[in-house]
Formats: sequence, structure tokens, C-alpha cells
Amino acid sequence: MEPPLTGKQHSLAEAIAEQIHDGDSVALGLALESGIPFAAVHELIRQRRKDLTLIGPISDMAFDQLIAAGTVAKVIAAWVGNVAGGSGYGFRRAYEQGQPRRIVMEDHSNFTVGLALKAAAMGLPYLPTFTGLGGDIVRGHPRIRPIDDPFGGPGLLAVAALKPDVAIVHVQRADASGNAHLWGNLGLTVEAAFAARRTIVVCEEIVPDDVIRSDPNRTMIPGFLVTAVVEEPGGALPSSVQGYWHRDFETFLTYHGLSKTAEGYQSWLKEWVLDLPDRRAYLQHMGDAALERLRVSDRRLAAAANFAP
Amino acid sequence: MTATYTRRELMVVAAAREIRDGEVVFVGMRLPLLGFGLAKATHAPTAVGLFENGVIRDRPAEAFIYTMGDPPNIVGAIACLGLNDVMSLLQQGRVDVGFIGGAEIDPNGNLNTTRTSGSGSLVRLPGSGGGGDIASLAGRTVLIMEHEPRRFRERVDYITSPGHFPGRRRGGPATLITTLGVFDFSRGQVRAASLHPGVTPEQVREATGFTIAIDPSVPATTPPSTDELAYIRQADPDGFWTGEIRKSA
Repeated sequence: MEPPLTGKQHSLAEAIAEQIHDGDSVALGLALESGIPFAAVHELIRQRRKDLTLIGPISDMAFDQLIAAGTVAKVIAAWVGNVAGGSGYGFRRAYEQGQPRRIVMEDHSNFTVGLALKAAAMGLPYLPTFTGLGGDIVRGHPRIRPIDDPFGGPGLLAVAALKPDVAIVHVQRADASGNAHLWGNLGLTVEAAFAARRTIVVCEEIVPDDVIRSDPNRTMIPGFLVTAVVEEPGGALPSSVQGYWHRDFETFLTYHGLSKTAEGYQSWLKEWVLDLPDRRAYLQHMGDAALERLRVSDRRLAAAANFAP
Repeated sequence: MTATYTRRELMVVAAAREIRDGEVVFVGMRLPLLGFGLAKATHAPTAVGLFENGVIRDRPAEAFIYTMGDPPNIVGAIACLGLNDVMSLLQQGRVDVGFIGGAEIDPNGNLNTTRTSGSGSLVRLPGSGGGGDIASLAGRTVLIMEHEPRRFRERVDYITSPGHFPGRRRGGPATLITTLGVFDFSRGQVRAASLHPGVTPEQVREATGFTIAIDPSVPATTPPSTDELAYIRQADPDGFWTGEIRKSA
């Protein structure tokens, strides 16, 4: 029997149940191809959340899985697909045929997603840019409008702030208060956590707070912004986590093949989400050999930094 | 000397030749990633590569990577910043050259990776990713395409990554590398610069859905050297990115 969790620490199922409601906007997949919180994605599907708005730069396979499960009403993103294979077939069925339900797509470039989250993180109504001029993404866009430069320079585009209800991020380690150490790919993780009304930190391990304080430059998210902390080792698989997990490339390809048809997707969904109670069961279903192959065993430690006053 | 190589290996070499020593490069995945490594190993040892996830590298990853986020792309990097940081450098004008791929292209180098009804029914493509930003903000861009009639269209349904247009603030497509040749842009229009060995002007015209300028004296693309091929095969040993039937030079 494990000790009960206290304070902000929750099981993933509790965190999702308490923090994410039908109709919420949820930012995830923020580091691009690594640290995608797949365990949380699968829990959202199991808890049958609906009418979500998904926010992210590129989402790799996670958005496709959520869309194909019928949990999503709207997507705000620069790229939706499967990096291993290209097309996201669940996304395509929803967009092209309205199956299993119609979705609204708000197309962006990576930078306009980044600026929209950054504006919210800075407490501003918008940020100016000139990315996208001359292209169709910014034409008639609900969140992007042409503006004059008040200082007399050439015209600009204003990208309106985007404040997610919830950000879900997967990090290497955090303390019980949610102070989170993250290294390797960052993408838009920090902007999203700063912008969101609520932030769920999923980590490979909960560590004593003196570990966090030993290297404050590695704290990408201060705990007071974090509303729930979940220890879920392997919670980002099949995506990679620097120093913990390799990318499980084959699983992305397998899903790509299966998800070509709605039936194939349903068989994947049953086997890997609906028939499993939680991430621990998912890892058991993967099997020891696969976990052993994917677990990072090498050590490439950073040189110590002396913080002595 | 006879060397055999694939079209994709030739495209990697052509991509590498677009990188000059000392340049800051916005690196894409697939062929440009190998092209960046090849340029570093040959004529551009001091080039620096930016990846849109925030990674900055001045040497290729030590192990094979499927995505720019794979752990070997972090090991030995000179910095891991955020997406907005590298995009800001791009917007500021600090990036000399960026690589982009597209599903469809028009004569002005506009790329579509968003949606198309070219084949009759609506097909949703993944979207811009960082492509639209690189197209807008890099000092110049190099486009990489499969050369097929359905992809080379007089007008694309959606301009994801803008090409040449009046009033462009900076940059624009400088070079287009396809499975059939290398092209440049004359007054904003695609023009053949070299055709890959064995490719005829007729083949290119048939594979291009718009009128394309091909000078009768257009040269052949210089084939890969033995050293260049050796690099590519060490970097992509199983031919994951560059494999297909190798052709004789």
C-alpha cells in the first residue's frame, strides 16, 4: 500500500478529473516531439472528456489520438499529424468528413502559436510580428490582425494572446510543490505554463526540494504556477524524455498504420487505452523487454555548477 | 570512376551546397538535416544550425535521429533554448538560410502544406509547423520537393509558406531542389539551374503542372563525390532518408 498523496500531489486520474473539464482549452505537446504527456492524453480519453480545445505547436500523434476519440471540438496548432509518417489520419477524418465529429481548425505557424502564448504569459493583449505576411495563414485569421507600427515603421501583424485553461507538461523531475526541472527540448513549455490558468506537471520523479534548489537555473516552472504534480515514470512514452527514455519510433509507425481506418483506430484505442486502467498497466502491456530497450542506461552528466555565494 | 547513388543522395548533396561557410542555418529534418551535416563535414565547417524546438548545434548529432527532438540531437548541442528564442533570431534577420519542404508549389515558390482539393476531393495536410515562419523570415530559403505534376501547380489552394510576392520584406525562395533537378528563381519565377544526370527537359516539363523555363544548354547537376557519398552513408547507414534504387553515374 502506497502512502496517500498530499497537497498538490495527485494520481494522474485525480489530476485530470479535478483540473480538466468538458469544454476546456488544453495546451500539451509543447516541447514538440519529446516529452509529450501521452499518459494524460490517454486518461482524458478514458474519462470521456468532450468539447476540448487543443493548443500546441506541432502535436505529433497526441492530438490525432484525442481527435479520433471524439474528445475535441477545436484545434489551435501549427501542425497536426504523425512525425513518423506525415498524415494524422484521425485528424483528417475529422476535418474532411466530420468523423467521429466535426472539428474547427485554427491554423497557425509555430511562431504565431508561440507569440500567442507568450503574449498571455506576459499579460499583454497581443504581440506584434511580421511572420506570415503574404501567406494565407494570417489572412482573415480570428486571432491575427494587421496593425500599424505606432513608431512609423512598416505594417505589422498583431497576434492576440492565447490563455489556455490548462497546460499539461512532462518534465524530468519536480518537487512536491511543483517546482519543475526540465532540460533538453523546451519548445513552448515555459510560455504555456506561465500563460495557463492551471498547470499540471507530470514528472519522471518527485525529488526533495533541495535537489531543485541546488540548480535554480534549471527550474523552468516555479511551483506556485503549478496546480497539480503527478509522478508518472514513462508517462511520455512513446515520446522521448532526455536522460530517461529513448523515442519509441516503432510505436508511432504502428499507430500510423492502424489509424488509417476508423476500425484500426478503434482496435488501437481498445487495446492501449480503454482496456487499461492507467499508465502502469500500459507499461506492463508494453512488456519488460520493450521497456528495457527504451530506458536510457547511459549517463552524460552535465558539469557541476558552483552556486556558492 | 563509377559511383552509384540515389536521387535522394544527390538532393542531400545539392542541399549541402546551398550552405556557405559561417552561415546560420535553420535546419529542417530529413534531407536538409543530412545536408547540414555534410556541409559541416566538407566546405562549411563553421556553419551553425538552429532547430525550431530551440536547439542550436554546431556539429551533427552523434547518432541517427528520426526527429529533431530525439535525445541524440540534444547531446553535444551548444544551447537548448525555446521555440520563441530561435524564431526571434529568425525574425531579427540572424538566419542566413532556411530549408522547407512542401506538398505543392506554384511558379512563385509559394508552398502549400495545409489543404488541397487538387485531386478532386478535399485533403487535409498537417499544416505549417515552422515552415511559414522560415519562408517569411529567413535571409533566403531552399525548398525541397518531390517533382510530380500534381505537386507543381499553376495555383496552390492555400499559401502556407509564402514565396515571392511584391512588397516582400526580406528573403524568399533562392533555390528549389527536386527529385529531377535544381532550380533557381528569375524575377520570382522558377527556372531550371541544373537537371539531375539522365533527366531530360521533357521529363521535367511533363512533371511540372505549369510552364517552366529550361534553357537548352542547362547543365547536369554535379554528381556526389566519393567523399560526399561516404559521409551520407555513414550518417544514414540504412538509407532511411536517402534510400531508393541507386542509379549509375
